[in-house]
Amino acid sequence: MKKLLLLAFALMMVFAVVACSDTDKKGEGVMTYAEYDAAELQTQVVVETYVQAKQSWWDNKATLYTQDKDGAYFIYEAACSEADYAKLTPGTKIKVTGYKAEWSGEIEIADATFEIETGNYVAKAEDVTSLLGTDDLVKHQNKFVSFKGMKVEAYDESGAAFAYKDPEGKSDDLYFKVSKDGKTYDFCVEYYLCGKDTDVYKAVEGLKVGDTVDMEGFLYWYNGANPHITSVTVK
Amino acid sequence: MKRGKLFPALLAALLLVPLFASCHGSRALDPFVMPESFDTGRQFEITFWAKNDTNKTQMKVYTDAVAGFEALYPNVKVNLRFYTDYGRIYNDVITNIATRTTPNVCVTYPDHIATYITGVNTVVPLDSLFADPSYGFGGSELRYDGPERDEMVEKFLDECVIDGEHYAIPFMRSTEACYINVTMLESLGYELPDVLTWDFVWEVSDRAAEKREDGIYKANGQKTMIPFIYKSTDNMMIQYLAQRGAGYSTPEGDILLFNDTALSLLRDVARHTATGAFSTFKISSYPGNFLNAGQCLFAVDSTAGATWMGSLAPHADIPPEQFVEYEIAVRPIPQADPENPKMISQGPSVCVFNKSDPQEVLASWLFAQYLLTNDVQIGYASSEGYIPVTKKAHQSEAYREYLERGGEDGLEHYDVKIAATQLLLSNIDRTFVTPVFNGSASLRDAAGQMIENTSKSVRRRETVDDAYFEKLVSDVRSLYRLDQHTPGAGGSGAELGKLPGPSVALIAALLVAWLVMGGVVLARFLHNREGKS
Repeated sequence: MKKLLLLAFALMMVFAVVACSDTDKKGEGVMTYAEYDAAELQTQVVVETYVQAKQSWWDNKATLYTQDKDGAYFIYEAACSEADYAKLTPGTKIKVTGYKAEWSGEIEIADATFEIETGNYVAKAEDVTSLLGTDDLVKHQNKFVSFKGMKVEAYDESGAAFAYKDPEGKSDDLYFKVSKDGKTYDFCVEYYLCGKDTDVYKAVEGLKVGDTVDMEGFLYWYNGANPHITSVTVK
Repeated sequence: MKRGKLFPALLAALLLVPLFASCHGSRALDPFVMPESFDTGRQFEITFWAKNDTNKTQMKVYTDAVAGFEALYPNVKVNLRFYTDYGRIYNDVITNIATRTTPNVCVTYPDHIATYITGVNTVVPLDSLFADPSYGFGGSELRYDGPERDEMVEKFLDECVIDGEHYAIPFMRSTEACYINVTMLESLGYELPDVLTWDFVWEVSDRAAEKREDGIYKANGQKTMIPFIYKSTDNMMIQYLAQRGAGYSTPEGDILLFNDTALSLLRDVARHTATGAFSTFKISSYPGNFLNAGQCLFAVDSTAGATWMGSLAPHADIPPEQFVEYEIAVRPIPQADPENPKMISQGPSVCVFNKSDPQEVLASWLFAQYLLTNDVQIGYASSEGYIPVTKKAHQSEAYREYLERGGEDGLEHYDVKIAATQLLLSNIDRTFVTPVFNGSASLRDAAGQMIENTSKSVRRRETVDDAYFEKLVSDVRSLYRLDQHTPGAGGSGAELGKLPGPSVALIAALLVAWLVMGGVVLARFLHNREGKS
């Protein structure tokens, strides 16, 4: 019996390694995350990565949050047919060729093309709460991350807990502020990623100043950390 | 933060144009006919799509305007919808023209209206409304103190003429300005002239892009420095061409953009991108962010963005710790001929959409005209570096007092905003607009795209030479469908060149089919005749 259990365990380990190596293995001419990270801006980059969320598709261009086990890549307006966009789901492996660019501190791959490959990886949210306000946070830029035990602050002098970019039509982003250890940070519900019918949009509309919240989202950058939140849980 | 959604919206919207221009032609609305009087016994509900600059004061001016109007006309309810960029308004209008669900009143640009009016009777021509003695400018039946016709700034009103008719009223006007870090400029050994020239800006920008051996910029002691950032590269190209007396387009839609003067600007862009002196909003980010962080020397942006400029700017996108203290100055954009400055006139206009009920259209016109009253004009203009479009507002005591109080506080009377406003007020006669025609919005995009592509290619160390520019022109013509506009557009078929092979084959097949059908009919006719005889 013990031998059987041992054998089963060994098999499980083999499968796990195989599954894991699928996300490790890079194709020919493909950069590792470290190589991508070290690449100069405006140079051509080729990466294999996994779609974590789709932000938008328009005029045959897709904007995607992607990540592999080593780091994240924001793909800005890659050439993409509507049919291919429909094939992209969380975990889909893609090979992206484009140019590394920076816009307001956000590092992204621009003017890109991609092809869908075989493989799947969905990142778990990495808790970066303790890194807020530190220089190390930027190392996690674009990753799927979580923030725990944050306190909702008044967004502005009106005392509201959040602000609409379009208060009448509610057809644009939501902004709110949360604090930890006395420091306040700007968060955002990006409308193209999570529209007004999503749970997170409605949850932020229901926030009250003083609420304590756990959140998940993508660590977008706009002149500093500007997380695009995908879930909020009021504690 | 959104960016770059405007062009796709415009392009897609352009592709939709033929749909509503042709498919709905058969059930188009009748032309608007002015009713004898406004029916105050009926209830009307109208929709107003408004654009603001993510500015709460502007939103309040709009909501106050709606409330003020509804108080005067209790039988009219105005539903307000806010937008923060013109591209989305344009896209939504195009979509709603096809489904006959346009708003009643909409803030927009004449370039966009030129596309809207390709649908039959979609937008109401306003000349007869302007002149109506009861409900026109200064009309006897108006319940508010609107401007008389001669109290409008004629130049701005003229900008709303398309094909000889006014299809809009101006709402606000702005121009572009160059916001300058004078502290840095002087530290580089230069004095700020009254009028900047392109040569001066390029020279100083190249100097400011110099680095120390350790990679830190000499001008600011930071790792980041973009001396010259242009927000709207379409305007950059358009104004450069106008200043140099070069062509851009004709009112008939002839495209003159691809000329030697445009190429000379692209070469300058390439050269100064290579030195690190130049970038654009699309490539880097908002000019004001870099300016306020001490990472930019010349930031060109709209006067309607003045509240985002300066060490004490009331609006900001960067954290307080990134701000640097500096002296700021506002000047006209760089000029080719400082003795004869030229700058763009821009800013929102308001159009009224046609509906099957003329009374509803009249209610819409009454609301649109209410936006020209002094409270709305001065209220909105003072929210940013806009100017009112009526002389009535310019000459009012309230507006004069507003301008005189420049610098008294850091918000309503923020000095940079009022300096930007004064810049336009003193240069109204030096402003210009580009011709408006169906396709002028695409041409504008193409003008900017050539600068963006050139700058991007240099950054990517591509070879940027004559062959590059030749291909760029060809690509941009094709992308923006400008190859369908030729000088003398609408002229002879010979100018369009030879038909493609498949088209020739299709036409030939149609001719053969018609000949066969004709032959069959003729044969039957002859056969019947023979039978009868």
